[in-house]
Amino acid sequence: MKRVTGFIENTMGIIFTVCGFLAVGFVVLITGFLVVSGLPAIGEIGIIQFLFGRVWASTASHPSYGILPFILTSVYGTAGAIVIGVPLGLLCAIFIAKITPKHVGIAVRGAVDLLGGIPSVVYGLVGMIVIVPFVRKTFNLPDGANLFSAIIVLAVMILPSVVSVSETAIRAVPKEYEEASLALGATKTETVFKVIVPAAKSGILTSIALGIGRSIGEAMAVMMVSGNVANMPSLFKSVRFLTTAVASEMSYSSGLQRKALFSVALVLFVFILIINLILNLVVKKERE
Amino acid sequence: MKEKISMSRKVKCTLLNIIMLAACAVICVILLGIVGFVVYRGAGNITVDLITNKPSLLKGTIGILPNILNTLYIIVMTLVLVLPLGVGAAIYLNEYAKNKKIVKLIELATETLSGIPSIIYGLVGMLIFVQFINLDTSLIAGSLTLVIMTLPTIIRTTQESLKTVPNGYREGSLALGAGKWYMVRSVVLPSCIDGVVTGCILSIGRIVGESAALLFTAGMANEVLGIFEFFKPKMSGSSLTVALYMYAKERGEFEIAFAIAAILLVLTCAINFLSKAAAVLLKRKGSGK
Repeated sequence: MKRVTGFIENTMGIIFTVCGFLAVGFVVLITGFLVVSGLPAIGEIGIIQFLFGRVWASTASHPSYGILPFILTSVYGTAGAIVIGVPLGLLCAIFIAKITPKHVGIAVRGAVDLLGGIPSVVYGLVGMIVIVPFVRKTFNLPDGANLFSAIIVLAVMILPSVVSVSETAIRAVPKEYEEASLALGATKTETVFKVIVPAAKSGILTSIALGIGRSIGEAMAVMMVSGNVANMPSLFKSVRFLTTAVASEMSYSSGLQRKALFSVALVLFVFILIINLILNLVVKKERE
Repeated sequence: MKEKISMSRKVKCTLLNIIMLAACAVICVILLGIVGFVVYRGAGNITVDLITNKPSLLKGTIGILPNILNTLYIIVMTLVLVLPLGVGAAIYLNEYAKNKKIVKLIELATETLSGIPSIIYGLVGMLIFVQFINLDTSLIAGSLTLVIMTLPTIIRTTQESLKTVPNGYREGSLALGAGKWYMVRSVVLPSCIDGVVTGCILSIGRIVGESAALLFTAGMANEVLGIFEFFKPKMSGSSLTVALYMYAKERGEFEIAFAIAAILLVLTCAINFLSKAAAVLLKRKGSGK
């Protein structure tokens, strides 16, 4: 009896250990597969040509594989989404954490969480039907599916992460800070902006990093509103992101084109890893 | 008292307050706008015919029954696979692991996983499950991809719940002569069930909303699959989100797309509500003991 129990104990211990290391295994597996399938094309095309080539013409008779347009589009699109989304989300977070009565805050927070749960294709659909025609008419363009529309959709999509993480960070600031500031004669609003927000800085930075991660990785919604042509980015031109480059050509690609798409994914993955690294450093700094 | 605050400070504060209120209002308007618009365009198109038929050129029917079923299959299959793995990992991290560095490493890996965008999951899922393991584009390949994607969620919520189980429970059980596994099974697991449930709800939310990871792994077919067919290899099928994308982007059939979007929104609301309820329960338990 004792031996059987001991055997079961050991087996379960091993099983749990395996489960525990599964996440590590998955990360290694994903990295491995991306590197192995992404590197050959980079080698074939040449890393300088690949990363800094300005022309992507994968199906032309003399194909050219330069992904600079995708990289820049992703960077500009994310930057634009951050510029619009972060101030909006941050102000809202401050407002519901410190200024409004509690039940209003809870209601708005619920709305924000709901916004975060909406599937990206629904954002894409609404963007396609509402934003794209709106942009076309307002700016008098032949087609409204461009970088600007994508930035608007992305800005809305990053709002939930920005609001919820910033709000949590702002709420976590010790009450004494606020009381001390109020006692010194600062108004509530001054206290919030000059004492509480600086104290919650690292949480707010985390929320921005999450927003960057979300917007640089978004594929489907962006694909539906950005027009999907491999132009060098410009606000009112149809553009293609790193993510949409992978998604749009994968289904019919072959040969070097297909390999090059894996390389694009590898570049995207590296971007995400860098953002995660920065995020981790920020969080670590905060803990210290 | 009030006169001691200078006029310019007062104006500045009021202005800031108004700007904050405006930001808040904009966000609420965006949400109401999206929900209102989708319901307005979509609700009228949700008919019994639509949700009980499959699209067929011969019969001239349109329908999203296959997509509803596929979504359900994928949810069930993913959860069945990810639950034991995720709960096991959380138990390892919280109960078994002694080396702090190993725990750090695993937590770093989980964070990395949760930061990877779904299009990368889609691509890697295609490389691993569709091509390398040769499952073809199939619901099972899609589910396996989603298993990797939802693993961090399950681990995190279970771990949070495990942390609320008082150490006295564990010590009491061990003092009575129970082995570690016996202690986990009879004391720890039953007390962390709420965390597991929360993890499930969040995962379902993520699976329902997922499209990029499924596009190249689960495929785009619109056939009704029998209950025993769906876990076989080579049975491809599109989920609701993928179907929405195909109807809107590739075929321009916006009535169906909006009907699907409305259904997805209802599901999102329901999942949101459930997760809030679960969080309240979790909190009550955490403070109650």
